[in-house]
Amino acid sequence: MILATATPWSGVSSLLLPALGQTAAMVGIVMAIVVALGLPLGLLIFNTSPRGLTPHPTVHASISWIANLGRSLPFLVLMATVIPFTQLVVNTTIGIKAAIIPMSLAGIPFFARLVENAVREIPRTRLDVGIASGASVLQVIRTVQLTEALPGIVAGLSLNVIAMIEYSAIAGAIGAGGLGYLAVNYGYEQFDSHIMISCIVVLVLIVQIVQFGGDRIVRSLTH
Amino acid sequence: MIEVTALTKRYGSLTVLDGVDFAVQAGEIAAVVGPSGAGKSTLARCINLLEKPTSGSILVDGKDLTRLSRRELRSARRAIGTVFQSASLLQRMTAAENVALPLRFLNISHAERLGRVRELLDRVGMLHRANHYPSQLSGGQQQRIGLARGLALKPSVLLADEPTSGLDPQTTASILKLLAELRDELRVAVVLITHEMDVVRSVADSVARLHEGKIIERGPVAEVVRSSDSELARALLPLPPAPAPRNEHEIWQLRYERPDVNPAWLTSIGRELDTDISVLAGLIETIDDGGAAGRVTVRIERPLAAAAVRAAFASRGIHATQAGGDATQMGDSLTQAGNGTERSDHAQAADALEPTAPEAAASRAALVRSAA
Repeated sequence: MILATATPWSGVSSLLLPALGQTAAMVGIVMAIVVALGLPLGLLIFNTSPRGLTPHPTVHASISWIANLGRSLPFLVLMATVIPFTQLVVNTTIGIKAAIIPMSLAGIPFFARLVENAVREIPRTRLDVGIASGASVLQVIRTVQLTEALPGIVAGLSLNVIAMIEYSAIAGAIGAGGLGYLAVNYGYEQFDSHIMISCIVVLVLIVQIVQFGGDRIVRSLTH
Repeated sequence: MIEVTALTKRYGSLTVLDGVDFAVQAGEIAAVVGPSGAGKSTLARCINLLEKPTSGSILVDGKDLTRLSRRELRSARRAIGTVFQSASLLQRMTAAENVALPLRFLNISHAERLGRVRELLDRVGMLHRANHYPSQLSGGQQQRIGLARGLALKPSVLLADEPTSGLDPQTTASILKLLAELRDELRVAVVLITHEMDVVRSVADSVARLHEGKIIERGPVAEVVRSSDSELARALLPLPPAPAPRNEHEIWQLRYERPDVNPAWLTSIGRELDTDISVLAGLIETIDDGGAAGRVTVRIERPLAAAAVRAAFASRGIHATQAGGDATQMGDSLTQAGNGTERSDHAQAADALEPTAPEAAASRAALVRSAA
């Protein structure tokens, strides 16, 4: 009997909450890695470009190419492609630990491009203001680029978090745990409509909250 | 002071600046004018070393900035403060934080910064706006903050790159007044890059005209407007358009050659030559040295020997030339780069200084007739 196995509503939370925690852990760890590496990468891509502070065509072309590479593969394909690398780094190919590697590899170039875009919006004269006042390149990056682009970077951050929630659900389908795993294993394969509906509602809510919160922060940062 | 010698900038085969020379003394405002594309912005970017000149030297207080290493340059360029077009304030910093920026780059302590920033904001009349963000300030207020920031490191040279572009005439006047005060108080050498001739006339001590990367005309502003009819002189003090003459020979174009021209010349020359004189167009104003400068188109209503008319004007410090029909075209080529309000400003300024000129002509005409 196919339709009889839905988990009673009262039992949903005991499955849902741990999954939510796993998703949050995955996205949280990945975002920390993404910001730590994607932010400098984005600044490097912009500042080696012709409009940047230290133009360098060769460096710009190479890192730009690498960043595009990371973004050109669909996440599922990327995940499969990097399995040997994942095995090498975390010594396993399943579970949260294994999901973090492909998610970071997808997230870092994505965030780098968002940072690059945000910094590119700053008018050139504001960079000149820094240089003409005797600032070093690092001082201009810190006080002019990062400060002025902060609203744009935060907007990129919420976009990135949402993308990572989506990727975590895809990773979940191959056994990484979290809401994706729950939705696929219970909701889809066991036709558990209660779990399916709950997962969908929770995912929609999380995305809405992240976007709403992100927009609020961006507004408060914009003067 | 700043001394620029044989400054040349090439981008590939394109020569943007071609052997530019000029020097600005402490306490002097030197304007560089020219139409768009003459190389003004490149000159500005070379002076504050945002661009490295291809050749030539830039001496500030005796030190050649073009020969310094990157590291030395960072500290040397602090001798040059820059006021940017439209202020270019950082939007996410308050007015006070913007002014403090150059001090922060020098790692000056927070306490010391506070004092200096207060002093600067007070000097530009913006202390009450210290904690406002640029978006909460008007264009003129933003440029005051920009001026304060440019002066933060006590530079000996202030480079002002189109500091009044986009500001309304009253705000422009107040910014220029401030600039002149700062020149006098701080004895800073000001390089003022602009395309607005009103700005030059009201605040600059000297003027140089940049054309296709070369300075082709220069001199103290007063001298330029009084001693010649060169393109720069006519751009600085343009002749407002006059109606087309009925008979070309009766139209005269006048230029004030001396600062102390007696404003009653119209009446006194009319009396001397026993003729009515009609003022068709004119621009007379007091320039920075306190003397008058002016261009006037008049019609001599009685046929007279040209030499006698010329002599009568010459004896009163006015250079007179008999004009053909080109009176209205004079001096327009340079001012076209300016904004549309320039004309009306001229008219207002002239009216304020010489309100009675047209009326005097009318009453003079009545007087002469009744005497005859």
